[in-house]
Amino acid sequence: MPAVSKGDGMRGLAVFISDIRNCKSKEAEIKRINKELANIRSKFKGDKALDGYSKKKYVCKLLFIFLLGHDIDFGHMEAVNLLSSNKYTEKQIGYLFISVLVNSNSELIRLINNAIKNDLASRNPTFMCLALHCIANVGSREMGEAFAADIPRILVAGDSMDSVKQSAALCLLRLYKASPDLVPMGEWTARVVHLLNDQHMGVVTAAVSLITCLCKKNPDDFKTCISLAVSRLSRIVSSASTDLQDYTYYFVPAPWLSVKLLRLLQCYPPPEDAAVKGRLVECLETVLNKAQEPPKSKKVQHSNAKNAILFETISLIIHYDSEPNLLVRACNQLGQFLQHRETNLRYLALESMCTLASSEFSHEAVKTHIDTVINALKTERDVSVRQRAADLLYAMCDRSNAKQIVSEMLRYLETADYAIREEIVLKVAILAEKYAVDYSWYVDTILNLIRIAGDYVSEEVWYRVLQIVTNRDDVQGYAAKTVFEALQAPACHENMVKVGGYILGEFGNLIAGDPRSSPPVQFSLLHSKFHLCSVATRALLLSTYIKFINLFPETKATIQGVLRAGSQLRNADVELQQRAVEYLTLSSVASTDVLATVLEEMPPFPERESSILAKLKRKKGPGAGSALDDGRRDPSSNDINGGVEPTPSTVSTPSPSADLLGLRAAPPPVAPPAAAGAGNLLVDVFSDGPAAQPSLGPTPEEAFLSELEPPAPESPMALLADPAPAADPGAEDISPPIPEADELLNKFVCKNNGVLFENQLLQIGVKSEFRQNLGRMYLFYGNKTSVQFQNFSPTVIHPGELQTQLAVQTKRVAAQVDGGAQVQQVLNIECLRDFLTPPLLSVRFRYGGAPQALTLKLPVTVNKFFQPTEMTAQDFFQRWKQLSLPQQEAQKIFKANHPMDAEVTKAKLLGFGSALLDNVDPNPENFVGAGIIQTKALQVGCLLRLEPNAQAQMYRLTLRTSKETVSHHLCELLAQQF
Amino acid sequence: MQFMLLFSRQGKLRLQKWYVPLSDKEKKKITRELVQTVLARKPKMCSFLEWRDLKIVYKRYASLYFCCAIEDQDNELITLEIIHRYVELLDKYFGSVCELDIIFNFEKAYFILDEFLLGGEVQETSKKNVLKAIEQADLLQEDKNAYCPRAFFLYVASTDAIGCPGGSWLFMKPCCYGHS
Repeated sequence: MPAVSKGDGMRGLAVFISDIRNCKSKEAEIKRINKELANIRSKFKGDKALDGYSKKKYVCKLLFIFLLGHDIDFGHMEAVNLLSSNKYTEKQIGYLFISVLVNSNSELIRLINNAIKNDLASRNPTFMCLALHCIANVGSREMGEAFAADIPRILVAGDSMDSVKQSAALCLLRLYKASPDLVPMGEWTARVVHLLNDQHMGVVTAAVSLITCLCKKNPDDFKTCISLAVSRLSRIVSSASTDLQDYTYYFVPAPWLSVKLLRLLQCYPPPEDAAVKGRLVECLETVLNKAQEPPKSKKVQHSNAKNAILFETISLIIHYDSEPNLLVRACNQLGQFLQHRETNLRYLALESMCTLASSEFSHEAVKTHIDTVINALKTERDVSVRQRAADLLYAMCDRSNAKQIVSEMLRYLETADYAIREEIVLKVAILAEKYAVDYSWYVDTILNLIRIAGDYVSEEVWYRVLQIVTNRDDVQGYAAKTVFEALQAPACHENMVKVGGYILGEFGNLIAGDPRSSPPVQFSLLHSKFHLCSVATRALLLSTYIKFINLFPETKATIQGVLRAGSQLRNADVELQQRAVEYLTLSSVASTDVLATVLEEMPPFPERESSILAKLKRKKGPGAGSALDDGRRDPSSNDINGGVEPTPSTVSTPSPSADLLGLRAAPPPVAPPAAAGAGNLLVDVFSDGPAAQPSLGPTPEEAFLSELEPPAPESPMALLADPAPAADPGAEDISPPIPEADELLNKFVCKNNGVLFENQLLQIGVKSEFRQNLGRMYLFYGNKTSVQFQNFSPTVIHPGELQTQLAVQTKRVAAQVDGGAQVQQVLNIECLRDFLTPPLLSVRFRYGGAPQALTLKLPVTVNKFFQPTEMTAQDFFQRWKQLSLPQQEAQKIFKANHPMDAEVTKAKLLGFGSALLDNVDPNPENFVGAGIIQTKALQVGCLLRLEPNAQAQMYRLTLRTSKETVSHHLCELLAQQF
Repeated sequence: MQFMLLFSRQGKLRLQKWYVPLSDKEKKKITRELVQTVLARKPKMCSFLEWRDLKIVYKRYASLYFCCAIEDQDNELITLEIIHRYVELLDKYFGSVCELDIIFNFEKAYFILDEFLLGGEVQETSKKNVLKAIEQADLLQEDKNAYCPRAFFLYVASTDAIGCPGGSWLFMKPCCYGHS
């Protein structure tokens, strides 16, 4: 019978709670609460000093109100007052309030910490425990700062009560987790380890948690815990079920402590000491043996506690991954659980087996359970269990069972829960690729995926099948045939149309010989889907059509008819309209040879990790793909499954534009697709955003450099790029550069990226990279207004003899720039010989009907083609002397325009392009540099010396190069930078 | 363990214990989401589920759900027994505990939990030792006049807004002991 609350029940509180529960509506509740809050406030403010009991009662009511979900903005001070009460129950309520409603009010924290300090020093164990609980519950940094140093002392003090030690251990753990830097390691750590030997089981239970956490960061300091943990564990495991009295739980001796000890051991590799290891293996075997004994009780608590230890034991065995015998026994034990009547055990067995599957010792043993697992996938009623089964199938899959597993997963997909469909799709796609023995099976599998769960097939999946088909010529014919058949279905998924459109466009010719799939049939099949598709798919199909014109001249007239139709040429969608117009023109203007070159088969895609795997990992968090990641249990699997390998015959310079998948990870921030001009259209079929544009991806540095080589001539991008002859607009009269053009140019002498120009209408940004005598520059034109710019045409002009010194290729940009939009222009630059004047950039457009014109100096100066040269002091002076003719030297003495800061100067000199040579000049204040200007025709060696004079705020700059004009020009350029 | 929540079948939160620092807003969001997820599950389903990057372990006792969030490496089954041991502690302390005991004596429920779990880790598993600490406090009870013996008359008089008495003993049904 109720031992009646021996508690200190507070009648007023009970009445209030009862009132709240009797409220019939939320409004009534709020009304009652507000009434109570007003009452409490008046009591707290009243003249009459409240007695401890009343204070406790009101603080408790406030806490109740807060826990109901209402805000509390007073009462903290009263709670703090309770902390210093010498009545236990009042103190207790005060601490509870503080623990639940922490307030970072610094004044309050100081008071709270004071009260805690007093209680910790009180030598009254119940008070000490309350204080420690509060620190552990709040766990804030402020508390860590105040107490982290004291608690270890309390923990290991010989005279601390057991209950205090327990609280101190876990309190310290919480502080360590929150701010590890505050907990000083030291002499106490060794004594903490010895708490594992403590007589009091509760102390051990608390201490193990602390040790487990500490040893993760300092494994060596805590190494001695291994043998202590093993012997403690061994004593527990071998004890009779009643030995441990109150620490036995439903006939299982100390289950919590056992689990914690097993967890601690998982922080370390197997014990090195043979005796310790022997004893541990004995323990593990005992646990496995006990699992086979008949249960001592029918209560679920008994089996749960016992199995908790068993599962932790198995985790340790898997962690060691070195005892084949134990691994196989563990696997068999889990196998039994797979068919247990307890759902919980089936769930855990599936989960645990997943990790066993990745061990080479137990992989085969896991595989023997395949039928049970497949059955679980089909019959489990709980989706979370089915999910585990799918995970396990994925983990146990290898070459030998891939076909079975993939087909079972495909079957499951038809009825799978929506929540896990996408994940199953990814898994199937990965397995099919990884374990494909022949690629026709792979193609079939992916097409099945699209057929069964088209909505869940993400871009990554269907990009990947296209990549693989493109890279493997042995499967192209089959892919074309299969996709053609799949498209016959009256209702097929749009993803199927995309894959079909792309594959037939590339490889439709391989099946064109069969009259059932003759070119006109292929075309009309695809075109029958056209009108049902989204814009992106229709854009892709238009590209397929132009490829058809190239592959099958007999379809030209029909397709031109389609392109010419008003619905295409005047389509409201700019992308579709542009494609229709350009393809129609291309098909009528270009000769068959040109057409054939432009529309040549796509080059193989560069090899890379499957982006599907990356996606699965993102979805599942770290470790998801682990079973498959490295194929370490299948080292010979490198033949056809190691990734997409280009077949040797087609290896060629990979087109930079083909870099489709990697870039999707982080689309560049600029440039809508329209800006790319016609050049990207053909290769851009996958992208509905700016992602497919090369080189502006997440790592411009890398991408840039790899692309500085002129694009391979066979790449479609280069062909369609429409290189504008450098000097073509030269005949027109160009307005002179704006007055500030020189100043703007100077800003870019020592840097490559930034804003070149900005006014109310237009912003021009520059991003450039140079290597040897080549450079690539991206210009970003941003329309700052909300009105479209028309006839937008930026051109590069080479005045005078610059034409023979510098070659600049530009790509045309869209003639319209929408309000708020940004377009990008790419410039390929080649330095033919040294030059003095930069090219001009002329930008013309119409804004609101009014023509605008603007001429700037393009930030290309001769120092951009510097190649830094490192040399010793001896070499430097030798060369310096060699360049001693008066015309080879240029010198300038000038006043500093900017504060004289050595670091800034260094950065500028490096930005200028030369190498900075240390320990050359006898005066450490001076700077010495060397480099070579690279041009196509010649190289110019340059040496420079900059001598700052801080007192006079002056510099002396000396340049020596093998060419007089260069010396003077560099000297002029550089002198303006300081 | 990252947190423990007790809520009723009607979704009313009865106790919340957080072992990781989170804002009030976040706590409310998590609570809402989890209560919804757990209540939607059918009785025979498994007691574990993946939720965000945590594992949820829950069990129902009469009208109350006990729900713990643990980390990836933590042991599900032993967590299930943490819940059970906590219920046993409450039961022993109150003498056949019911949801109403926890509502009306929430502070006691917190005190007992603090003796059993601290900072999200098991501190003391012995029933005797845990309750000794709490009962000591009761013996120190000073103000005998204010003493209110398990306010049964209030329990009976009070009902939820939705009309649930919440008075079933958590251990009444045999299924709470045995497997379900």
